[in-house]
Amino acid sequence: MIDLSRLTATQIRDGIADKLFTAREVAEAALGRIEALDGQVHAFNQVTAELAYAAAERIDDAVASGVVLPVLAGVPVALKDNMNLVGTRTTCSAAILEGHESVYDCTAVHRLLEAGALPVGKCNMDEFAFGSSTENSAFGPTRNPWDLDRVPGGSSGGSAAAVAAGMATLTLGSDTGGSIRQPGALTGTVALKPTYGRVSRYGCVAFASSLDQIGPFAKTVEECAVALGAISGKDPMDATSVDRPAEDFTAALHEGVRGLRVGVVTDLLEAEGCSAEVRDSISAAAEVFASLGAEVGEVELPSTAHGLSAYYVIGPAEASSNLARFDGIRYGRRAEEAEDVLDLYMRSRAEGFGPETIRRVMLGTYALSAGYYDAYYGQAQKARTLIKRDFETAFSRFDVLLTPTAPTTAFRIGEKSSDPLSMYLSDIYTIPVNLAGNCAISVPSGLGAETGLPIGLQIIGTHFAEAVVLRAAAAFEAAVGFDPTPPLVREVQG
Amino acid sequence: MAISEEQVRHVALLARLKLTDEQVASLGEDLNSILGHIDTIQQLDLEGVEPTAHALDVVNETRADEVRPGLPRELALRNAPEATPDAFVIPRIVGGGDGA
Repeated sequence: MIDLSRLTATQIRDGIADKLFTAREVAEAALGRIEALDGQVHAFNQVTAELAYAAAERIDDAVASGVVLPVLAGVPVALKDNMNLVGTRTTCSAAILEGHESVYDCTAVHRLLEAGALPVGKCNMDEFAFGSSTENSAFGPTRNPWDLDRVPGGSSGGSAAAVAAGMATLTLGSDTGGSIRQPGALTGTVALKPTYGRVSRYGCVAFASSLDQIGPFAKTVEECAVALGAISGKDPMDATSVDRPAEDFTAALHEGVRGLRVGVVTDLLEAEGCSAEVRDSISAAAEVFASLGAEVGEVELPSTAHGLSAYYVIGPAEASSNLARFDGIRYGRRAEEAEDVLDLYMRSRAEGFGPETIRRVMLGTYALSAGYYDAYYGQAQKARTLIKRDFETAFSRFDVLLTPTAPTTAFRIGEKSSDPLSMYLSDIYTIPVNLAGNCAISVPSGLGAETGLPIGLQIIGTHFAEAVVLRAAAAFEAAVGFDPTPPLVREVQG
Repeated sequence: MAISEEQVRHVALLARLKLTDEQVASLGEDLNSILGHIDTIQQLDLEGVEPTAHALDVVNETRADEVRPGLPRELALRNAPEATPDAFVIPRIVGGGDGA
């Protein structure tokens, strides 16, 4: 059987085109890996073998008839379970949406499949994307393939774990405050949050509409670049998607970083709560850039100290509004024997939402309520302006900025679940990027000296600077030579 | 500023959440802990700073006012907890009682 964990998306596509193997064999390999490992990892809420085989058959037919294959032909992909795909359930890992059937396709998913990808399943997540560990799933936590007693990060933890364990070559996640990048860091995968507006969110269940963005996970930077090219671009169904000329994000990928202005964000690197092994790894990463010929300097983003506070007003405020639609009327679980319509709303929501969802909806509703709006929401939006300005100033001096992606390596399941605030602090490095709408990637910088677990380097670019961010990440990746194979996967590889 | 149990109940009503007494108590604690952290933004001097609602400078977009197909009724009703072939079914909102 083909070992997918040794093949990139492009190698799979080319291997099928060159008739080294068939798309069906690739689908079998991915589904076989899921069968072998997902009982332990629980990255999937639903496995979609029929859809994968049907897509594989179309690719194999295309090969037989000599048609030129699209860029992701035969590549096994999996989707965070907040993205709609007809023929699958879209649950957001929430009890209130258990069994919810997708009735239309998410644009980013549609584009991925148009590019020839094979959908192998829907990935577990923190309920409605509220969380940083995938423990807030109504269907049980996902485990980190590097250490099954630890979390994979979140909220797109299933998408990250699926790639890390070789159960899918490419997955999609969504990132509101770090939900792609932080699980990328914790699972040793490459994880890209595109610029706000780069990718349509149509068909992705909304969390915070001024922050949400869809992006890819993969083992390599190149695969993320290919995936971004496939999913990005204007979509009339999402008015916030930006109309820009199509870009080939792989074109300049291997041009190196000589002369690139790289800013190490010193105040974030020195922030309280950042572990010594993470700090050392990121400092070493800066030296790698210098050794590759980049002009490495230092910069501060002082206003980002208020990022977490601003985010925990703006995010929950927008979420409380977006989640108003779950009322037990048009879709989702409905409370039984309601006395009247108000009782129906109130009980359907309280019974169908998990504890963190209730917490966020309460926080957001409070922040928007009469008498508190200016003190919280108004202040948070102004703080957001200061954060945005800090980035603008930094990007006048630097092409990309470096920070850790997360302050620590993967923590134990249960370690932070009883203390919401400590969980929120997992995202201190990623949140400011969403508030400013920038793009950023997490790329593995090595294994921690103390924990032996993966650490992620966050490379941040200004609006629509994905090509530069990807180029910097590719140069770093090549220099570091990180092996993204977790011990669990080495065992099944034999 | 500490949030009282009465405020928690008021916010829960606004959010359309029927909470148990236990949930009211624990949410009060959680919200106070989180707000204790968030309250630092209230000390910031943001006089004269424009708020940012959206990270990119975007303008409102309209499309041509033309009829186009929407979600077919059957699909729109597919996930309804209770429906007839052409409508969502909900509890009575007005009236009630005998012969209403």
